[in-house]
Amino acid sequence: MSVEDLNPRARDGVIHPEVRAGDDESERGQDGGRLQHAEAATKPIRAPQTREAQPRGAKIRGDRPIDQAEAAERFLAAPLHQAAHDERLWDLRKKRDASAHGIPEWEELRELASAIKAHTLTHLDQYLEQFEAAAKANGVQVHWAADGADHNRIVLEILRSRGAKTLVKSKSMLTEECGFRHHMAANGIEIIETDLGERIQQLDNEEPSHIVAPAVHKTRMDVAEVFAKTLGTDPDNDDAHYLAESQRETTRPYILKADAGMTGCNFAIAETGTVVTCTNEGNADLSGNVPPLQIHSIGIEKIIPKVEHLGVFIRLLSRSALGSPITQYTSHFRGPRKGTEMHMVLVDNGRSARLGLEEFWTSLKCIRCGACMNTCPVYRRSGGLSYGATYSGPIGLIIDPTFNKRKYSTLPFSSTMNGSCTNVCPVKINIHEQIFAWRKVLVEEHHIPALKQGMMKAAGAVLSRPAAYRAAIGAADSALKVLPRFAVYNPLNTWGKKREMPDAPRQTFHAWYKQNRMQKPAKDAAPKDTGQ
Amino acid sequence: MRVGLFVPCYVDAFEPEVGIATLELLERVGCTVEYPFDQTCCGQPMANTGCHAEAAATEALFVKNFSGFDYVVAPSGSCVHQVREHLTAIPQTDAVKKVRASTYELVEFLHDVLKIEALPWAEFPHKVAYHGNCNALRGIHHARPSEIVKPYFSKPLDLLRLVKGVELVDLARPDECCGFGGTFSVFEPAVSAKMGYDKVADQNRAGAEYVVSADSSCLMHQKGCAERLGLPLRYIHIAQVLNGATA
Amino acid sequence: MSARDGILAALKANRPAGDYPLPVVPSFTPLVGDDLFEEFGERLKKMGGRIADGRTGEPLAGVRERLAEAKVIASAVPEIDGNRDLRAVRYPQEVEDVDVAVVRAVFGIAETGSVLFTEGELIVNAVAYLAQHLIVLLDPADILPNVQAAYKRPEFGRSAYAVLHTGPSATADIEGVLIHGAQGVRSLTVLLLPR
Repeated sequence: MSVEDLNPRARDGVIHPEVRAGDDESERGQDGGRLQHAEAATKPIRAPQTREAQPRGAKIRGDRPIDQAEAAERFLAAPLHQAAHDERLWDLRKKRDASAHGIPEWEELRELASAIKAHTLTHLDQYLEQFEAAAKANGVQVHWAADGADHNRIVLEILRSRGAKTLVKSKSMLTEECGFRHHMAANGIEIIETDLGERIQQLDNEEPSHIVAPAVHKTRMDVAEVFAKTLGTDPDNDDAHYLAESQRETTRPYILKADAGMTGCNFAIAETGTVVTCTNEGNADLSGNVPPLQIHSIGIEKIIPKVEHLGVFIRLLSRSALGSPITQYTSHFRGPRKGTEMHMVLVDNGRSARLGLEEFWTSLKCIRCGACMNTCPVYRRSGGLSYGATYSGPIGLIIDPTFNKRKYSTLPFSSTMNGSCTNVCPVKINIHEQIFAWRKVLVEEHHIPALKQGMMKAAGAVLSRPAAYRAAIGAADSALKVLPRFAVYNPLNTWGKKREMPDAPRQTFHAWYKQNRMQKPAKDAAPKDTGQ
Repeated sequence: MRVGLFVPCYVDAFEPEVGIATLELLERVGCTVEYPFDQTCCGQPMANTGCHAEAAATEALFVKNFSGFDYVVAPSGSCVHQVREHLTAIPQTDAVKKVRASTYELVEFLHDVLKIEALPWAEFPHKVAYHGNCNALRGIHHARPSEIVKPYFSKPLDLLRLVKGVELVDLARPDECCGFGGTFSVFEPAVSAKMGYDKVADQNRAGAEYVVSADSSCLMHQKGCAERLGLPLRYIHIAQVLNGATA
Repeated sequence: MSARDGILAALKANRPAGDYPLPVVPSFTPLVGDDLFEEFGERLKKMGGRIADGRTGEPLAGVRERLAEAKVIASAVPEIDGNRDLRAVRYPQEVEDVDVAVVRAVFGIAETGSVLFTEGELIVNAVAYLAQHLIVLLDPADILPNVQAAYKRPEFGRSAYAVLHTGPSATADIEGVLIHGAQGVRSLTVLLLPR
């Protein structure tokens, strides 16, 4: 069933015809049909061969507020990248729709997932203790980290005390939060990312731009360039199969020789002490099953009470993320293999504090599916790196300020608050309402530019006084000069740079009404008769 | 039934004919409509920017102007969404709550309250792309958004089907935000305009002659984008179409 | 205060107000028809896996070619002979040259086309990833209707490692082009064969 069958008003087709590839390299199935599972595109999307430098992310200047708009503008200045990015992520959103519409109980599943998370988060101390006890009983060594630095210190200590120098790992947003890779590199530990997208980003010394598809902002030409420089591949060969195979072949030796393996965690089950990971590549299973020492880094909000609850979350996760019914691998790590060590590090890093934020604690329900990013029209046109934060897109807007209020004070304004993010969220986080609420908090705590607040103050002063308001827009002959500036509250005229200005009408509705509907026009009196 | 007409500030200033069409249409379908003369704005520009303190006086004025009506009707989904969901900068007295609960957007007022089943005067013989303003679509539930797994419905399309000659065309991304976003259009002009360009290109590729919406702000933005790109699209508010405009 | 005590204390102190009971998860009607094997096979194929029916004719016909091409076969099942004894493996790295691994699934899931293994079936967990290709034996009687039914099974509570495989290793991280064998096996074939 396609989404077109389900939405009577959806027309098939792409809105950037220039990225529609002529050939199709995707795998075919046993019956010969084109496959589109995992994060595959439903139709071939390919950035044109024209060379275009990859736009880089937001400029980071200490704690100074991120200028997302500036970085987004540079992303838009690379139209081939932008079009491929937008089309590809929109395609994932459509795949998600088709998949969700195939499940009659979809909305009920979202409700359940949201309620299970709300329950767990409000009893998190108890469930964490239950998890710890179960894990210990399974022979796992459990560690607690108050923050990212604590996490890195604990892991480094585990590695050093066992003489481990090389660690292979699967993708983990938590370790991105902790700055894990950089910290380990500085301490002489070699870290190898084993997810293809994450590996591309590691080799390019760039952060992941998307929770699920870390290199989605890169074209195949960008990847070819990175791999040519770092893996020694043919710089002129940008065939996706060649590039992926090169990565496989060069990563495998690291997997075999690694002293330790690490994974993140999608779900941690309190009753059994199990860490669950969901991947398409099987790289978490390699990280967990090959080296003699395995470490699982777990954000404390990942806890769910029981195994049976996976029956809700697993059904939602990949369908929301990619439109696929399940990831290729759903892995449940509960105890060490014979003769090996298994460690679990429970990491807070701001989560317990966030739980105390009345309007924002439900953001802890997030299961990191990326659906809000795929659907976000601003994200798709800005690229994830424009947010200058570990978490980008809608979920980033409401989480990032909890890490650094000043630095990320601008992010909640990088949204039209259209609400699509809230509708696709599998755990029903009211994302766009939290964006609205963050703006209020940031204004109250003086984290918005004085210019912006000054403009709002002026607007409020005019709009609350009918006479002043009328004076500002009432005179028809001055409308062209005054109105646009007034209506868009804009001393900089950014409107007119990109769009034509609206025509100034001959008269306002107010003036028309006075002229046509009021028998005794009076400046301040309400009309007595509204008839013609 | 006493209906208070709220004409949002940008409609007042830029699209007075939308206000006129709303007034005439409501009268045509039998409402007694009053236009409180001291009205200005709902407070949305300030509230959406997080400046609630700056919005309070405007919100208080809105409530003062619109107390005492059975219904308050406005031709704008985003303003009605603001009143209903976000008019919270002032103490929530019974009068405030009453006004907030009585405020309706024109389409839902016609569809849900008046249950309009015929518009014999309306004829619009054109290919039309409908633009669902995000606040109308997801905020006050004009239609089932494509993200949600529930039976499809659309109040504005129900009404447009009562208009003779309307031929609806299908967009590739029917529910995608056009990028106006209130002050977003000013503070993030590059992304805002790009979203607008993509939206109008989609409308153009779909073969639309007219784009109809229940929100003038989105239309103003899209019109500006289409003109900049040189696309032959025309933009008109649903109030005008339902009131019998032919072009 | 230890990090542990600090975190637990903060969680207690910051607990949001309100009552949030744990909901009862209803048993949803499986979205599959009565022929679970047919449903399983169709969904597995969509996820990039292959399906062979060993119930009729020569049981191993569907995987004969794959086995014939392999130099190193590691079999964890009695139905198919291998030339690499998994029980003799001391370190997982030793199976990196395996061309084809053969394992029996604990069960399958019709809703998704998934199969479950635990360390008991795999013998060497890593073989299911380091091998180039994976052949999975599945008894049709072991196919469950949906994911929800799977998570009521006891294996998750008692295995050190349990994993659902749904087709082969896959990636589309480069421009959405689907590629099998990203890091793990390049193909996964389920052979229907009663225990």
